[in-house]
Amino acid sequence: MSRTIIPIGPYHPLQEEPEFFQLVVDGEKIVDAVANIGYNHRGIEKLSELKSFDQATFVVERICGICSNSHPLAYVQAVEDIIGADCVIPERALYIRTVTAEIERIHSHLLWLGLAGHFLGYNTVYMWAWKEREEILDILEELTGNRNNYAMNKIGGVRRDLNKDSFGGVIKRLNKLIEFMVMIKKAVLDDPVLHIRLKGVGILTQKDCIDYCALGPTSRASGIAKDVRKDEPYAAYDRISWNVITQNEGDVFAKVVVRILEIFESIDIIKQCLRKMPDGPIDAHIKDIPPGEGIGHIEAPRGECFHYVRSDGSNRPVRHKVRAPTFMNLPTYKQSLIGQTISDATIILAAIDPCYCCTERMTIIDANNKKKTFLSQEELIRLSQKKTEDIKNKMGIK
Amino acid sequence: MNREEILNNIKDRFKDCIKNFVDKSPKRIYIDIEPKCLRDVVCYVFKDLQARFNTASGIHTRVGFEILYHFSFDNLGLIISLRVKLETDKARIDSITPIIKGAEWIEREMHELLGIDFVGHPNLKRLLLAEDWPEGVYPLRADYKEWDKNSIRDRGVKE
Repeated sequence: MSRTIIPIGPYHPLQEEPEFFQLVVDGEKIVDAVANIGYNHRGIEKLSELKSFDQATFVVERICGICSNSHPLAYVQAVEDIIGADCVIPERALYIRTVTAEIERIHSHLLWLGLAGHFLGYNTVYMWAWKEREEILDILEELTGNRNNYAMNKIGGVRRDLNKDSFGGVIKRLNKLIEFMVMIKKAVLDDPVLHIRLKGVGILTQKDCIDYCALGPTSRASGIAKDVRKDEPYAAYDRISWNVITQNEGDVFAKVVVRILEIFESIDIIKQCLRKMPDGPIDAHIKDIPPGEGIGHIEAPRGECFHYVRSDGSNRPVRHKVRAPTFMNLPTYKQSLIGQTISDATIILAAIDPCYCCTERMTIIDANNKKKTFLSQEELIRLSQKKTEDIKNKMGIK
Repeated sequence: MNREEILNNIKDRFKDCIKNFVDKSPKRIYIDIEPKCLRDVVCYVFKDLQARFNTASGIHTRVGFEILYHFSFDNLGLIISLRVKLETDKARIDSITPIIKGAEWIEREMHELLGIDFVGHPNLKRLLLAEDWPEGVYPLRADYKEWDKNSIRDRGVKE
């Protein structure tokens, strides 16, 4: 039996994280996989120890350009946990935090949906989803002043108030998004090609999720109804009604469905928040951080984002531990990838939304004669797209 | 099981292992345990009480290392952190990866950034640092100095 090793990565500017994968294949089938990360290690934890508590909010905001609200929110909650019961966040600030977090979730899920469409050869989905995402970024700009890195979170509240006059326009835009999402949902659920292409592919069982401690949509697609927003409600999530979305299959299709349905929930949460938002102060004006330790965790678009902060009573954290959701979700590739074909590798790796299917180039090394073949990243995506094309042809769909 | 039952179970079962028990707030609990009991406690919390392993935070202080293993009970919204303390020159502890597969990466991270040895880890290789990062330089240790960065930046440059 001849085995071939296919390295994928590490760099591609298409997505935000470089990662390096080695796939050991037997013919078309993947028999083993090794991941190599660290190309993006910037020492943020160390850097944060050199900043004051307030400055660190801005440092962690720059960990990720897509979850640029999740990390600061988890961090400020960790610091508020150090202060404890004395730290009472004003109601209005809690609602503003919820609104920003949910708009961010929508834009992240739409971004993922577009990329997933692109990898499968559904470039219309890619264009449409990103067009709608642009509207969401406009909402963010209108509400917070920034399309990205909103800098809304502050220890004890939020930095900026929302303008009531803009709420009407935001709700109008969200209603337009609902129309689009209804269309996309119908298109995905009715498409026989997508069913064949994604169902039963890259299955992650419930047991694997628990063993690997998988998080967020990745585990919710395997029937685990865990969501920090429900389990330990922060911000204003316990003041409004919403549902945790789960699917039981654990395959790529279930992950697509979970994300699409979560967008509907997010729209609903934002609308409720805008309607119910009370007037009042937005900042508790925290002055000193006492010595102690605190944990803050929130539900980022990709899963639980976890921050641990320790203070010694000075104005800097002595230790700041950051655990992003992909850190726990990524190792599950060992379960979901093995036994699948190369043409499915891109979409399975993409299904947990880690952004490393960014295959800059691919080398095929035949284990027997050490012959090397270089394939470009486009060709790996083309392989994936061609599979969809073949299925369409077989079914007689043009 | 509710909060009190979980805490009483842990207290009863591991009487001799618990050095300190801090009930910080309704949602946060910190338990100091003996390093030699770590595997038993982790196995009980993860397998029997079915908590989810969040992550582990390694800290280097003036007196030595602290590792906090954070476990969350999602149905209660409760996070229990197990704390072990190690001396700087005896930075060795049992790996929990054989019990929890999801702990493999965080132990590799602590191994390279803090220099803690995890006994029984199946694959204790570097995770984040570059291959040419010098051996024995641990960036998250308290005695790591800024000037180390320059010597590392210039490594391999022949004079």
